Amino acid sequence: MTTTEQNIDEILIPILEKVSDPEIPVLSIMDMGVVRSAVIENNIVKVEITPTYSGCPAMDVIGDDIKAALKIAGYDSEIELILAPAWTTDWITPRGRKALEDYGIAAPLNAEADKDVLLNRKRLVKCTNCGSTNTRLISQFGSTACKAQFQCDDCQEPFDYFKCLK
Amino acid sequence: MNQNLYNYILGIADNSLILGQRLGELTGHGPSLETDIACTNISLDLFGQVRSYYQYAAKIAGDKRTEDDIAMLRKEREYVNVLLVEQPNTNFAYTIARQFLFDVYHFLFLTQLEKSKDLTLSAIATKSIKEVSYHQRFSTDWLKRLGDGTEESKAKMQEAINDLWTYTDELFHQTKADKAMVAEGIGVDVTALKEAYYEKVDAVLSEATLETPESKWFQKGGKQGIHTEHLGYLLSDLQYMQRTYPNMEW
Repeated sequence: MTTTEQNIDEILIPILEKVSDPEIPVLSIMDMGVVRSAVIENNIVKVEITPTYSGCPAMDVIGDDIKAALKIAGYDSEIELILAPAWTTDWITPRGRKALEDYGIAAPLNAEADKDVLLNRKRLVKCTNCGSTNTRLISQFGSTACKAQFQCDDCQEPFDYFKCLK
Repeated sequence: MNQNLYNYILGIADNSLILGQRLGELTGHGPSLETDIACTNISLDLFGQVRSYYQYAAKIAGDKRTEDDIAMLRKEREYVNVLLVEQPNTNFAYTIARQFLFDVYHFLFLTQLEKSKDLTLSAIATKSIKEVSYHQRFSTDWLKRLGDGTEESKAKMQEAINDLWTYTDELFHQTKADKAMVAEGIGVDVTALKEAYYEKVDAVLSEATLETPESKWFQKGGKQGIHTEHLGYLLSDLQYMQRTYPNMEW
């Protein structure tokens, strides 16, 4: 019931990897871990996606983008939004984490460290501009629900931090 | 259709819809950019959760009803949210007090709903609890900062807590649908959450150097559709587009 495994037909992977998160264009939805399954049944691709946050406005767009990408590849598709198992930041792939960092968004820390930085108890988040960890929380909520706002006290750069979601 | 389950879902979801709408009013009006963004992000989380609940309710209704109809086209008396969440954003202290008093309940409630025999409700709870733990952290943090802040912020925070206190007891009242769903292992027995709730609230208030109100006079009625005057105004705002241009789509 609570399997965290993905079930994705290999032939579909290159197509889905080209679909990106509309909020973070450098990040493929595959690296984001929101595609939970994609299988071809009777010439129709059935895709299950799961939201990062319940109110994530990107989900409808992601669904449409998947449909469009599959259509170009010659497939009709049905998209279903599933809630269980709930998405966790652990599903962001190492490549996805790197893409986030390159884009200027600090990747999520582990749950304990995440709490420490969000309560401003410790300085652990690495500045995406200069690499210093001399950074502090400005706001628990950033430009989207999944991020918090940080600032580096060495280079002064403000940046987003992707919050840990377990 | 399973009327009790349908009513039960609305009883959960209406709280989030109305609170989300209240927080949404702060878009562009928060006291600072950060708090403005935080409140509206919390609003977005709540609306996201509400969509999951209403989609499920629409499925149970099994007629032509959609999630939007449920959200937008009921009359005031048909909304069953608690009175607490419809209270206005009088000032930022009220916004924080309302949020804190609801978040503590919401978190406890979802922790139990996660164990529901109903797999859809359990999945929504598991998803939502991750978001609500951030909400609770935000409101708790601000409660302490304002309570243990300046003389003025403390006075305002205390006033807000005193005023909203009267709406807390209703959170633990059981409706007919509640009782039916508890009996089936689907619903949460809210009466069992009361002690943990007041313990937690009391602990945070004292950390915030605020007094826990002693008043034993509590308001009720929201769960039966009898609301304070504030809800009508909120709904006229919320429903304006659908009432003016029926069936319009954005």
